Amino acid sequence: MAALGTSPTALTDAADVLALLVLLSEFAMLRSSLSRSQVRLYAFQSLCVSVLAGFVAATQHIGDLYGLMGMSFVLKVVVVPMIILRLVKEVRVDVTDSHRLGVATMVLLAIILSVFGIFVVGRLPVHSKSLPILALGLSAAVILVSFLLVIVRNDVVSQAIGFFSLENGVSVASLVLAAKLPLIVELAFLFDLLVAVVVFGLLMRVHHGRARTLSTRTLDRLRG
Amino acid sequence: MGAVLLAILVVPFAACLVCFVAPVKVAKVVTLSSGVATFGLALVLVPSHEVATAASGWLRADALSVVFLVAVTFLYAATSVFTVGYMRPGSGASEARYSRRFFIGFNLFAWAMAMTPLVNGLALLWVAVEVTTVVSALLVAIGDTDGGVEAAWKYVLIASMGLGIALFATVLMYYAGSSVLGGSYELFYPKLLGAAAHFPPEIVRLSFGLAVLGFGTKMGLVPVHTWLPDAHSEAPTPVSALLSGALLTVSFYAILRFYQVTIKAIGPAFPRDVLLVFGLASLVLAALYLASQRDLKRLFAYSSIEHMGILAIGMSFSAPIAVIGVLLHVLAHAAAKSTAFFGAGSVIAKFGTKEIGRIQGGVGALPWSGPMLLLAVLGLGAMPPFGVFRSEFYIVEGGLQHGSTALCAVLVVFVTCAFLGLSWSASQTMLSPTPKGVVRGEVSAWMAASMVIGLAGLVVLGVHPPAQLSGLLERAAAELGARR
Repeated sequence: MAALGTSPTALTDAADVLALLVLLSEFAMLRSSLSRSQVRLYAFQSLCVSVLAGFVAATQHIGDLYGLMGMSFVLKVVVVPMIILRLVKEVRVDVTDSHRLGVATMVLLAIILSVFGIFVVGRLPVHSKSLPILALGLSAAVILVSFLLVIVRNDVVSQAIGFFSLENGVSVASLVLAAKLPLIVELAFLFDLLVAVVVFGLLMRVHHGRARTLSTRTLDRLRG
Repeated sequence: MGAVLLAILVVPFAACLVCFVAPVKVAKVVTLSSGVATFGLALVLVPSHEVATAASGWLRADALSVVFLVAVTFLYAATSVFTVGYMRPGSGASEARYSRRFFIGFNLFAWAMAMTPLVNGLALLWVAVEVTTVVSALLVAIGDTDGGVEAAWKYVLIASMGLGIALFATVLMYYAGSSVLGGSYELFYPKLLGAAAHFPPEIVRLSFGLAVLGFGTKMGLVPVHTWLPDAHSEAPTPVSALLSGALLTVSFYAILRFYQVTIKAIGPAFPRDVLLVFGLASLVLAALYLASQRDLKRLFAYSSIEHMGILAIGMSFSAPIAVIGVLLHVLAHAAAKSTAFFGAGSVIAKFGTKEIGRIQGGVGALPWSGPMLLLAVLGLGAMPPFGVFRSEFYIVEGGLQHGSTALCAVLVVFVTCAFLGLSWSASQTMLSPTPKGVVRGEVSAWMAASMVIGLAGLVVLGVHPPAQLSGLLERAAAELGARR
């Protein structure tokens, strides 16, 4: 296949749409009030990333990426959301008000960050055969909005989802820049994510056990 | 030498596995033996001029790796000694469960930190640093206290976000390499360094900046340091010592690996400037915060931020003597800070509080640990004859050689401010009259012995570093582009 990013084709358009869906689901996570909705949005976002990996595998004939797509699907679309949803169900708390800012303000900030990410990264001298360059800008936007999500939401589920979706942003960037990264390294990254999820889950459970809430408003004892 | 590398990874991991099933007393002995054995194995690598490799090249130890390995394993050994006294035998099942979890996590943490300088390549380096984060976060929360859980949550969240940025930096460096090395290659150091001169400069620049920001979060560089004082103060004392002396420097090691590639690709000017900005911010802010601390462990945590700032500033001077000073500082800071935390552990156990205002007469109450804690504070403040004096002297000398006279003046002024803050709080707690009712005597001979080990290391580094160690530091500095 000819290098992507030189002229728009149906394939590059499809890739751009998938990358855009990853960013839009990040926006939806940012404004979503219910923890369960956030987790489902994360699963959808991960599904888009997995499909994008499959897209690159098919167009670039990179067999390893099919394995990565499968692992990514199992872990990020099934296992991780299941772990977090089970926790939310167990604690019977579904946070409804964890926004530090109004929704309009948050979305406006997210738009500014996204524009910054897309235009600044879009100017980098990057030539990718696997995905259009716009996808790299969109991945930078996802990373920046995930930071915003962690900062402006004060409940442990949103903050954990913020970290997991940051990893999705980096995954998209990795598909643009390093599609042929050795499989063993990709698997190591995924394994690390799984371990991090377990630790996040454990700490969320312990926090709820002590504070009887998923809110981080009580985490303000340590200062100075 | 390859067998030594494998042994360094096998021993602490095996100790971790044994701790799953062994009673607490056995776990203590196994941990102590593992710590001492691992340090001994690391020392075997010091005189070697060869680059050791193992596991088909996935493990690799050059001089730079060995410097950090020695720091990590020295701390593992010294902290194992401290832990024998720190973990008191408890009668209940909950105490036994706590002790078992502690020893499993402690050995796993040491294993992950020893692995970090031994893995070959930027990708595995990231994986190893992430493993250190998740294991140590659990250790911070192990006491199941409100403060511990709060600190662990902040730590794991902030550090993981930082490492997400570091992962992006790694992917960018991979892309930079792919223009020379082809689409699919391992990110092994020799391969990257060999081809770095042809990497696209804009990508390398961005990658290095993000790597400093990302790994700098774990190193405790200002302004991404906010998790550090909380985690250091709320973790069990042996974990605080490992966090401060080993984990922060291991993250610095990750930055140095990016630095190596970056200076080959775009020259030293940009990486120096980036490190200087972060280093100065860390030094200045920590020096100011040190004067207002009310918690003994937070005091030492801010001192760690100050010393990480000194490391970054030292690298920005980049004169060979300054880089040697930076590497010596890694070792000296590990010895001094662990001794200080061990002393803090004894003081907290004796007085039942971490609050500086409520601790009186530490020297009178703790006849050995008290004076040794004061000596450790003097060591941290770069007083002769301790190792930190020598390392900071080298760094300032390198700065003057580099023509950075004003920066050296700033460095000396803020190091002095930090020392005043540190020594004021330490003297308040340790040199005041001992209140009536406080029984004079050590909490544990093991805990005091660990301080002797730390101080001995600090004095050796200050008075007369062994020739083989000096040779190692020179070789490591040369690997960082600072050849004499």
